Amino acid sequence: MNQIQCFTRKVTTQLAAFSILALPLATTAQVAHADQITFVSQGGAYQEAQTKAILDPVAQSLGITINQESAPDAWPMIRTQGATGQPIWDVVDTPTFNCIRGGEQGLIEPLDFSRIPNAESMPDGYKTPYSVAYEFYSSVLAYNPETYGDHPPQTWKDFWDIDNFPGPRALRNNPLGTLEAALMADGVAPDELYPLDVDRAYEKLEEIKPYVATWWTSGGQSAQLLHDGEVDMIMMWNGRVSSIIDAGAQAAFTYNQGVLQSTHLCVIKDAPHLDTAMKFVNAAIAPDVQADLPKYIDYGPGNPAAFQTDRISKARAAELPSSPENAAKQALMAYEWWSSPEGVEAERRWLEFMQQ
Amino acid sequence: MKETTLPNPGLQAMPKDNSARFQRREHHLMLALLMPALLIVTLLLIVPLGWMIAQSFQVDGSFSLEHYERVLTDGVYWRTFGLTFRISFIVTLAALLLGYPLAYAATVLPRRWSLMILALVIVPFWTSVLVRAYAWLILLQRSGVINQTLMGLGLTDAPLALVHNEFGTIVATVHILLPFMVLPLYATMQKIPRDLMLAGSSLGGSPMHIFWRVFFPLSLSGVLAGMTLVFVLCLGFYITPELMGGGRTVMASMLVSRNIQLYVEWGAASAVSVVLLLMVVTIFYLVSRLVSMERILGVK
Repeated sequence: MNQIQCFTRKVTTQLAAFSILALPLATTAQVAHADQITFVSQGGAYQEAQTKAILDPVAQSLGITINQESAPDAWPMIRTQGATGQPIWDVVDTPTFNCIRGGEQGLIEPLDFSRIPNAESMPDGYKTPYSVAYEFYSSVLAYNPETYGDHPPQTWKDFWDIDNFPGPRALRNNPLGTLEAALMADGVAPDELYPLDVDRAYEKLEEIKPYVATWWTSGGQSAQLLHDGEVDMIMMWNGRVSSIIDAGAQAAFTYNQGVLQSTHLCVIKDAPHLDTAMKFVNAAIAPDVQADLPKYIDYGPGNPAAFQTDRISKARAAELPSSPENAAKQALMAYEWWSSPEGVEAERRWLEFMQQ
Repeated sequence: MKETTLPNPGLQAMPKDNSARFQRREHHLMLALLMPALLIVTLLLIVPLGWMIAQSFQVDGSFSLEHYERVLTDGVYWRTFGLTFRISFIVTLAALLLGYPLAYAATVLPRRWSLMILALVIVPFWTSVLVRAYAWLILLQRSGVINQTLMGLGLTDAPLALVHNEFGTIVATVHILLPFMVLPLYATMQKIPRDLMLAGSSLGGSPMHIFWRVFFPLSLSGVLAGMTLVFVLCLGFYITPELMGGGRTVMASMLVSRNIQLYVEWGAASAVSVVLLLMVVTIFYLVSRLVSMERILGVK
């Protein structure tokens, strides 16, 4: 009796194992079914927030299934899918940079904006031929208010001013945004940054280099540095500062001269559900769903029309990087410049700068 | 008597034949048992490695040495390899200096103590590398425990720069790699017969003399095994230097990741990996001329 039971259990386990193995086959078989897409974002609290604000409502209104995946660094995957010619992803939410260079390398579909009416009201800087803004964050000047009291640093000039604003600093170990900050410190106006004067920016960075205690690489690290009082001044992402302020740390920041950055939605070249993917892109940047994103996370909507709905309070808008008032104080990152040969060369030069 | 003098080829040949057949069967069985592992190694290691090497010689799908030219001529790569080897060398020496006494103590002390020592070495081994890096940050940073203590005692006025530099990277890396030094050392030391030390002292050798003339030379294969393991593992370190190095400590693995971001071709990153791999193979080859591979891997 026992043996029989044991045997049955074994068979069941094998069956279960078999069906798990067969699962990918089943999914491939469903490819012909058009009413679904595979959507890829960056995971974590951010993906959870957009699931509630955007993905679930859009899936319902379009009557489609959205299969979610997460890839904190989507670029190698985009490359691989392009190289094999058999993509499995449809829509990717990724730093704009990836959409543009992917588009230029034939890995990303060009967008037909006549099919994306929700993008019409968006400023030109929020769109590229291959992508459209999905959400905004900002690289801001954050500081320890205890150190600076009544005269906190407000500009990159202050950040570079070690006599009047002493204390160790931190910058991101990446030229994107950092070169912009250096040029603003050197007196370039936020709206006249591009094309970047790369030599001038690196020269200016040499000035501050001895006072930069740490060049951070991950968002968590930047939060830890300010939270623990390791540095008094730091250029970091607004969402990270907000979260440590909420946690009760001595921290503050200004949107003044922040570098407004975005992730965009783009569609993989020859995506398995191309048509549905385009419909999804339009629906995902609709003002109403976009306006709901800040309810769940400290990121700003990619579509400014969201601020004209009555879904975002004035007080909340003042906290968001892409509200019209805050956006006006900041520099909008030109990803097209960064993906140009000059931009790539500026990025290549970074490591040389770090090693000297 | 008769029987023993009579030649009996059958009786003599039989067991020989049997054992040969048995050996052959065992051989086949072993091979069959090896197959899954061999298959996995081939599929997941050899094939991708071959693909990676092939990529490193390609630009736009045709043969090119562009990636190697870049790696060999751009100063960034040489500086990075130089720093990677220097850090690995320092880490290896530090791990040896710390690990040898530990392994020795674990060998000579009573079992209760030796278990405790080994547990203390191994338990951190089970903790995530990320967690340990952050733990070291808490200890070493400006507002960290060590600096606070030093300043509290009046030994320094300003906090020392213990982390976000090469020093911090080395400290955390040594900690992470220490088990790879201690375990092979301990395994080797365990096998050294105690009688030899007794014999030494009965012949009038002082403890120091016996250690240096008998114990230490016999433990050398463990030393070499530990050093090779730590050195090679350290060459590929990524997260620890990234978190502890403050951005200035650029090691070879970071170049690989940077090149994937920066260049359109996978080959740009593959070439860095291939050069690093060649360097590691060269090191293994040189070490293997000093001591046999089986010894390093603990077979003998």
